[in-house]
Amino acid sequence: MMDTFSSLADGFWIALTWQNLALALLGCFLGTIIGALPGLGPSNGVAILIPLAFTLGLAATPALILLTSVYYGAMYGGRISSILLNIPGDEPALMTTLDGYPMAQQGRGGEALALSGVASFVGSFFATWGLVFLAPQLVKVALLFGPAEYFALYALAFATLGGVASRNQAKAAFAAGLGLAISMIGVDGQTGVPRFSFGVVHLYDGIGFLVAIVGLFALSEVFTFIEHRSDLQEAKEKKMLVGRATVPMAMLRETAPAMARSTVVGFLAGVLPGAGASLGSFVSYTLEKRLSDRNGTFGKGDPRGVAAPEAGNNAAAGGALVPMLALGVPGSGTTAVLLAMLLALNVTPGPLLFQKNPDVVWGLIAALFIANFMLLAMNIPMVKLFVRVLLVPSRYLMPTVAMISFVGIYGISGSTFDLFVMIIFGIMGWLLRKFDVPLVPVILGVLLGNQMEANLRRAMTISDGDWTALFVSPLSIGLWLFALLGFIAPLIAGHYFRPKIADDTAVEGSDPD
Amino acid sequence: MTNDRVFGGLGVLLACLYVWQASRIQLSFISDPFGPKAFPYLVGGLLGLASLAIFLKPDKNPDWPALPRLLEIAVAGIVLAAYAMLLPEIGFVAATAMASFYLSWRLGAMLLAALLAGIAISVGIFVVFHLILGLTLARGPWGF
Repeated sequence: MMDTFSSLADGFWIALTWQNLALALLGCFLGTIIGALPGLGPSNGVAILIPLAFTLGLAATPALILLTSVYYGAMYGGRISSILLNIPGDEPALMTTLDGYPMAQQGRGGEALALSGVASFVGSFFATWGLVFLAPQLVKVALLFGPAEYFALYALAFATLGGVASRNQAKAAFAAGLGLAISMIGVDGQTGVPRFSFGVVHLYDGIGFLVAIVGLFALSEVFTFIEHRSDLQEAKEKKMLVGRATVPMAMLRETAPAMARSTVVGFLAGVLPGAGASLGSFVSYTLEKRLSDRNGTFGKGDPRGVAAPEAGNNAAAGGALVPMLALGVPGSGTTAVLLAMLLALNVTPGPLLFQKNPDVVWGLIAALFIANFMLLAMNIPMVKLFVRVLLVPSRYLMPTVAMISFVGIYGISGSTFDLFVMIIFGIMGWLLRKFDVPLVPVILGVLLGNQMEANLRRAMTISDGDWTALFVSPLSIGLWLFALLGFIAPLIAGHYFRPKIADDTAVEGSDPD
Repeated sequence: MTNDRVFGGLGVLLACLYVWQASRIQLSFISDPFGPKAFPYLVGGLLGLASLAIFLKPDKNPDWPALPRLLEIAVAGIVLAAYAMLLPEIGFVAATAMASFYLSWRLGAMLLAALLAGIAISVGIFVVFHLILGLTLARGPWGF
């Protein structure tokens, strides 16, 4: 316990440099915009910024501070267009439309914005504390892991990544297989033989995972917008009623229990693999509705229906950082993207990160606390600034997104070949979305494929080729059972965890979180 | 229904090709008990099984856009590929102005507005990322 506090204090020393504070501020600002703009969400927003952070030569800690602030910021920003336009700014903000938009129509848009800002703050503030205490505990367990356990852990991540809300587990498995298959391209690290390279020299280094991520997440969104061109235009014409952005004390008191419950639920949803912020906000809202909707006011502008999902999704964002940092296995789209950045900087998250580079972990956590206060300031007194941003039409926004994607990837390698690969991934991402194949397992496969294989082969080298070694230790048996359970559960209970509106095709183009 | 049948069928085909390619991986003299082929075989198996399941239990068809819109997406892909090729030839500013002009025009901007948007996006990115942040962008014959 005392260790944790002294580490956290060290973290504040690291975070409190002018550079890190400036990056956190920039990240919060960009993140709120990214969250607010429909069509840009946490995963593709962070994806287009990674190559930039990378080419700017930021070290691991500042880069992580910048991008995680963007992640947190996007969780705040998503609510703005949910409330004012009835269009979720990103997927986790979907539930906020249910009560937020009716509030805005009643002329209480300002109240809704301020209340959801406070709820977002509560959610992420306490989730960051959760991260402080839970991550070191998980690290203690993870230190016991050998190659066989790691292999089982990766299997667990893939089995659950389709999510509890998965509609079709076969497609989630297909996505994981596709990602793993792509990761095998290139020279084998252990024996030095080329695999699946067809004699093309460019392929010997493998497919760059940043290239794949930016293509799948950011560029595919551009294609989706081209597809739906006409549908998205009229939405912008709606009038936005803001009013004064303040919350009456009475409303805060009334919604406090909802925020507290949703923070806990959201955090837990975030920690569990395969359940990102969208699930956090959905479960929080559903639970709150079941518990406190006595007069049927939910869905008609009940403030608790705004506070619950916002506290829930922000808490889930903090929770999702726990497995990513402590185990090196992300459970959601955006944390997978953050993992990609760390790997690109030659930092491998996981238990060893806490031992070898505690400055990265604790500097980040301290920066998140600071970022949270910055976000609160930006999202309540200055919220009108971001409301203006919503007026940027997608016909100018999406070309900018596409061009920044190209700038980032070209900046890393200066290679035209990589740009082609990115375009191919963009089109592939658009197609996969059409077929309702989740993109996150593809990314995770590309990211973790080589490590998964390396751990399997290491385990086999230790056991001299004996398969059963994979299922010997109680830890690995537990992980395998969890994997099995996580894969089967959605088949039985999936529809309980899926918002009804998300079953419509309207959300087909939405980004994962 | 039928769409997923095609998807699953192609997936099975892909898995077969993948396993076949995996079988052709050359072995080197240094090796571990497991070798470089085994994991690709597992992955190929996973792909094949998943594709088979999609084939046997298809979802309802996705809403495909009308043919002109599909062509539109294909053309956008080609324009972006052309952009990638032209980038080192004519430099960042010119290539980006053209590509973003095309995209914003196709996303519904009026011709003149799209033209201005193309120039604004290109110059804007150049100023922010190159002049302010110091990122290297493709240089054309005119140095920008």
